[in-house]
Amino acid sequence: MQRKVASILLLVGLMSLLAACGSVSQEPLRLVLATTTSTQDSGLLDSILLDFEQQYNVSVDVIAVGTGQALEMGASGDADVLLVHARAREDEFVANGDGTQRYDVMYNDFVIVGPADDPAGIADQPSAADAFAAIADTEATFVSRGDDSGTNTKELAIWEDAGIVPAGDWYESAGQGMGAVLTLAAEQQAYTLTDRATYARMQVDGLDLAILYEGDPILFNPYGVIPVNPEKHPGVNYDLAQKFAEWITSVDVQGRIGGYEINGLQMFVPDSEQWRAAHPDGGS
Amino acid sequence: MIPLVYALRDVKQTYGPRTVLNVPSLAVEEGEVVSIVGPSGAGKSTLLRLLALLQPPSSGAISLHLDRRIITAANATTADRRQMAMVFQRPVLLSRSAYDNVAYGLRVRGERDADDRIREALAAVSMSELAGADARTLSGGEAQRIAVARALVVQPRVLLLDEPTANLDMGTARLIEDLIATQRSAGTTVILVTHNIFQARRLATRVLLLMEGDLVENALTRQFFESPRDPRTAAFVAGDLNY
Amino acid sequence: MITSLDAEVLAIAGRSLQVTVSALAISVAIGIPAGAWLALAHLPGKRLLTTVVYTGMGLPPVVVGLVVYLMLSRAGPLGSLGWLFTVRAMVLAQVIIATPLIVGVTMSSVLAVDPSLREQVRALGATPVQETLAQLFEARFGLLVGLVAGFGSIISEVGAVMLVGGNIEGRTRVLTTAIVLETRKGNFDLGLALGIILLALAFVTNLAMVMAQGRVGNPR
Repeated sequence: MQRKVASILLLVGLMSLLAACGSVSQEPLRLVLATTTSTQDSGLLDSILLDFEQQYNVSVDVIAVGTGQALEMGASGDADVLLVHARAREDEFVANGDGTQRYDVMYNDFVIVGPADDPAGIADQPSAADAFAAIADTEATFVSRGDDSGTNTKELAIWEDAGIVPAGDWYESAGQGMGAVLTLAAEQQAYTLTDRATYARMQVDGLDLAILYEGDPILFNPYGVIPVNPEKHPGVNYDLAQKFAEWITSVDVQGRIGGYEINGLQMFVPDSEQWRAAHPDGGS
Repeated sequence: MIPLVYALRDVKQTYGPRTVLNVPSLAVEEGEVVSIVGPSGAGKSTLLRLLALLQPPSSGAISLHLDRRIITAANATTADRRQMAMVFQRPVLLSRSAYDNVAYGLRVRGERDADDRIREALAAVSMSELAGADARTLSGGEAQRIAVARALVVQPRVLLLDEPTANLDMGTARLIEDLIATQRSAGTTVILVTHNIFQARRLATRVLLLMEGDLVENALTRQFFESPRDPRTAAFVAGDLNY
Repeated sequence: MITSLDAEVLAIAGRSLQVTVSALAISVAIGIPAGAWLALAHLPGKRLLTTVVYTGMGLPPVVVGLVVYLMLSRAGPLGSLGWLFTVRAMVLAQVIIATPLIVGVTMSSVLAVDPSLREQVRALGATPVQETLAQLFEARFGLLVGLVAGFGSIISEVGAVMLVGGNIEGRTRVLTTAIVLETRKGNFDLGLALGIILLALAFVTNLAMVMAQGRVGNPR
């Protein structure tokens, strides 16, 4: 009986060792792309990446995290290339020598969403900062990402613009991704700042929140691609990272980014240098 | 000359400040059935544990002599231990069948095809019908019999028994006594701890009386009961001692 | 869409099982001997070690994940292994989470075995290894409970595997991280479906273990 138990345990051990070996034996070229949850959750990457993988016979490992963690991954050499949206911090990243160069890729915009009846009356405010001030004045519930993401960074910049330090029962810091925060806001009929892409995707599924404020230039949300600097982080796959940056900014791929829609809604506006050169009128 | 099996010299066992056993000298010859008697707490079980080489004594020397080897608790190999078997006062059976319990000693020795011997041993303690029973469901008396059977089945040269009939009714106790008598005839050296002086008288070739750790009497059975050297032995045999 | 999703879901469930079984097997290979040793050996500082093990049983998985992440990061001491964002990293984190559990459960179930058993099997001719095996065998029900608990904690863990695995599609995405992703996307129904698959896997595995327990519990 003891023998049986021992041999079963041994067998399980061997099998799992084999399984563990099998899982790592066939390593194709890997490119680690650290990006924000918005690019993954919107479905954009799923729709365009296959082309790059086939063209260069590479497997792109998409790690979708907050912008803060994505930049940190780059700064520790754990990612080869970043696709993020927090302009000031991206420039700092390159200035520190962690990235070689930042390239414009695309933009979408942030919108302020909330209950359709707009109890804080933000819809007619002259600026995003004024809209935030109106929310703070009426102490209407506001859900913040609170996760050091690009959206969170943008939100804090607007509060700073408004000269307000948000605090109190009405201000909820969720510490979660965009989808979760939108759900949370809808459940409480609260305000929040969101990227248009995630909002549009979730609205299709019946999210009970309305766009109440949009259009202020501060809500412009540009995405950049940054290859991690091989001189500072020798382990990174710089060649592929650079190819990725060239690929995603190419006119062809830019066109597909512009064409990516969810239920008839365009998610991102292509904005690379190459695209702008090919379309000087700005139309897409 | 009959070979010596056990030799003890100045053996003392202490637990903290308490001396629980003090045996200045003792020898056991091959084929003897030595019974250790005495009141509760006299050190009988302690002496048996030392003889089983489960632990070395606090001081003094105790050695087992087999095949010209001098074996102590410190140098005993598994092969040496396999010449002995012990039945504990409170037997702990393995949580498997009665059959598997009896088979255990043979299996650890690598003896696989011993079904006949196992069934024989079970029959000898009239446990054949309960061979397949889960050992945890056995009564105290049944467990005791399995404990005897699993010790006997390995055919030890030295058999150590600690109150092997304590939980048994008279009929079953006689069955076990007969098995011990058979061992004696076969030349096995037997050390039997018992509180039952009549059992000692029936089975033993020699009887030791322990009182408060001291070896009071060490005599051939007839002499022990009829003309002991120590007056306390006579009192113990007569049942006049309070314990 | 449905069929392609099915293949993907199957792959994800398979990966969950792979990570769980690998981590559990390694944890058992380390934990059962270590637990038996802790229970049976006489050593100084045993209480301290025991306390360390019991504390380990309550390690917050996400903290384990963070520490493993920092170790395996290219900037970390084990960065040269290149394990970050691989199944190996996930298995490593899970082993660290589950091993104290197996050690603790083994220790307490071996300690619950009658201490006299060891001597009694020795008196029947068992070698030291056979003595230990006999004690482990007596403790087998406790060990199975440890296995079941370990399996459950590993397969349902999300924080650590998300951090060190990165939830990479087709590579390190497992059921729990896929559920997080789908929830984040607002695909609650898909998240729920994955959750049901997770439960079904746990149920089937536990059923198998319980049946095994019945078998080893009933002597011939």
